[in-house]
Order: sequence, then C-alpha cells, then structure tokens
Amino acid sequence: MNPVAASPVIEFCDVCYRVADTQVLSGFDLQIEQGETLVLLGRSGSGKTTSLKLVNRLLSPTSGEIRVKGVSNAEGDVIRLRRSIGYVIQDVGLFPHFTVERNIGLVPKIEGWPEDRVRARVQELLRTVGLAPEMAPRYPHQLSGGQRQRVGVARALAADPEILLMDEPFGALDPLTRDGLQREFLALQQRLHKTVAFVTHDLREALRLGTRIALMEAGRLITVLTPQEFLRSADPLASAYVRAFGEGLESAANRGAS
Amino acid sequence: MNVFRFILQNHRQVLELTLEHLRLVGFSTLFAMLIGIPLGIVIAHRPRFNRPVLASANIIQTIPSLALFGFLLPVPWLGERADRLAILALTLYALLPIIRNTYTGIRGVDPAVVEAGRGMGLTESQLLWKVEMPLAVSVILSGVRVAVVISVGLATIAAAIGAGGLGEFIFRGLAMVDDRVILAGAIPAALLALAADFGVGWLERRLQPR
Repeated sequence: MNPVAASPVIEFCDVCYRVADTQVLSGFDLQIEQGETLVLLGRSGSGKTTSLKLVNRLLSPTSGEIRVKGVSNAEGDVIRLRRSIGYVIQDVGLFPHFTVERNIGLVPKIEGWPEDRVRARVQELLRTVGLAPEMAPRYPHQLSGGQRQRVGVARALAADPEILLMDEPFGALDPLTRDGLQREFLALQQRLHKTVAFVTHDLREALRLGTRIALMEAGRLITVLTPQEFLRSADPLASAYVRAFGEGLESAANRGAS
Repeated sequence: MNVFRFILQNHRQVLELTLEHLRLVGFSTLFAMLIGIPLGIVIAHRPRFNRPVLASANIIQTIPSLALFGFLLPVPWLGERADRLAILALTLYALLPIIRNTYTGIRGVDPAVVEAGRGMGLTESQLLWKVEMPLAVSVILSGVRVAVVISVGLATIAAAIGAGGLGEFIFRGLAMVDDRVILAGAIPAALLALAADFGVGWLERRLQPR
C-alpha cells in the first residue's frame, strides 16, 4: 500500500443491515483503497450484494455509516452519488428498448453533455471494452451474453466514475467468454485504475482479479487477504474454499498479481 | 338486402348517431385513461393500494350497465344532460382494464433493468418515463383496446337514458319490432368496435419496444 495514502475511497464503519428479523450484515468494517480491486467473496446470502448496494444507497444501513471519498454517503444528493459510481450487475439490466449507443450514452446525456460529445464518448467506450463500432445501433437482444456484459461495463464507465461496483458481472457467462472478459478486465484496470468493489462466489475469479479478497460469511466479514495470503491462510473458511476449488489456484493468483 | 337499403336511405341519421356514439366512447376512454393510467402507475409502485383500487374497479364492473345509468340519473349536474351521465358511466366501466393493464405492464418490467437504472442515478421520474412506461406501453394499450371495445358495445345502452348514439336505432327497432332498424344500429356499432380494435392494435404494435 502507498504509505502516504489518503483516506480510503470507500469505507464501511460498523455497518449493520437488517430486514424484518433477518440480520443481513452485522458489524461490517472494511476499507477499499484508491485504485484497488477489492473482491467480496462468499456464498449466496452472505451479504456481498447487500454491501455493494449500501455503497450507492440502493439500500440504507440500519446502523453505522458508509463513507465515500471521506464523506458519509447518507449526506448529499443520492442521484449525484449514484452518477459518480459505475454499477454493473449480473443480469446486466441493459434497457431492452434502447440501442447499445443509447444504453451507454444515457447518463452522459441526462447529465447534459452535448450530442456529439456523447457520441464520441460512446465510440471511445466501445473500443475500450472491445466492441466494434457497428454494434452501436443494435439492440440488446441482438447481442451475445458476452457482448451484453461488455456493454454493461461500458455503460458503467460512461460518465468516467472513479468507483465501480460490480455484482457478479461475469457470473452468467460460459467459461471461455468469462475467461476472455476477466483478462480484459485486468488489462482495462491497469489502464484506468478505478477503485473497484467486485462481488463473486468464484474463488478462481477472486484470486485472478482481486488485489485483496474480503471473505464473507453469514453477514460478517471473516478476513481480508491478498490472493497469495488467501492460498496459504490458516483460516478454516478460507482453507475450505481453497480445498473446494482444488488444483490450479496458484496459477490463477499469479496471473492476477502479474 | 333491405337493411342496407334502409341504412342508405337514412345515411344522414346513421352518420349522425355514429358520430354521437364515437363522441361518447372517445370522451369516456380519454377520461378513463387520464384517471386509470396514473392510478395504475401508483398502485404498481405502492403495492399497499393495489388491492383496494383493483377491488373497487372490479366492483364497478359488476354493476349492470342499465342499473348504473339509472343510479346516476338523480345526480344533480350530471343528471341534467344524458350524455354527461353516459360518459361518466362508460368512463367507470373502462377503468378496470386500463388500471389493471397499467399495473401489470409496469410490474412486468424486468426488475434488473429498473435496479440498474436506479443504480445508475436515474431519478424516479426518469425511471418512469424513460424505462418503465416505454416498456409497459404495449400492455397498457392492450388494456385501452379492451376498454374501447367494451365501451362501443355498452354505449348502445346509453340510448335508453336518451344519450343518443347508435343505441337509438336498436331501441327504436326493438319497439317497432323491425330488424332492419335494429341492424342499422348494430352493424355500424360492430364495425366501430372492429375499427377501434384494429386501430389501437396497430398503435400497440408500433409502440412495442424492440
């Protein structure tokens, strides 16, 4: 870590989140630093998605607070907050009645960018995520799953946010497409240095993409480790994950670190 | 056939009554849309109100039309003019399909799409106008289509309280026991229903997303 690091970009301070009688998150403390890819790893129901949604205030904590760039995200305008954070979800959530171009350009457009600047930005983003410019006038249902996911990433990057929240963005893709997108994500991240919070239940993906891995279970943060530490960890849950995923993890971690 | 001869001979009156009929259906559908679509949007977003609203619209639907026209007759301002009364009654009947389809259409929008939109920082009104309404529009219009077709049929009964429309011929024909006169009202009414069905159906397909 950078010794003169400023305050973390995202900071969870003793956050609890409860729905009815279910404690979804309890005593959650976590700092996400500038430019890192922090992977939230855990099984379904462990509270990973909830913690992402607390960052852009799709949910509000029952107690505790979340600071974004040092300021509690409960203060200020929620719409401004969300537009300053890119959000990618597993089901992509592309607008089916919009072309690729309109999907990607929506936030810049409602932010009042002039038409030609929006168009230029869309072209630039299509290149960034590895899509041909001819894709711009197509509709989401005319694209493959991998292409849709790329459009989802491009859309999240549109207004050039510092922070990206990614909720199992590659979860529904076939292994080959997923592998390709993970590789591109790493390359992209090396250029853009966004602060990324990435949710997955796939240890292999976590080791490959994460600079650090936050292991969650039943609404609690168990431990935060680098991929290398994770593989050697004595923590029972971490080692259970490593056993469950078996051979070849070492190379995934090394690829991510390189 | 002598029905058509009768219609030709009385074409001015047929036209006049058809226009009256259209006016009743047109205004009532317009009012039902102005009330029903916003109500449908509200209950789609606030599920608490969904049961009472849909139940009320359902109950209205079960009142026999002739009785409803009769009930409204003594109401002060309304009872003075039969066409006002007919338009109100027809509006009430048109509400249910419009409210229900607006509700269904908006609830049917993929939650992932709405969530993504909200997460991107769309305001609630941008979500409604840019995402939910465009995606629900064909379902909403199919409700309007049902409402219009029902109204064209029901509006014939409005003649019983003197509101005019093609029902005039039907009631007159019944009184005179003359099939030609009944059909002179029934055939244009049926054609009107078909035309409305076709017209709104066309609009529905044009506005369909994708």
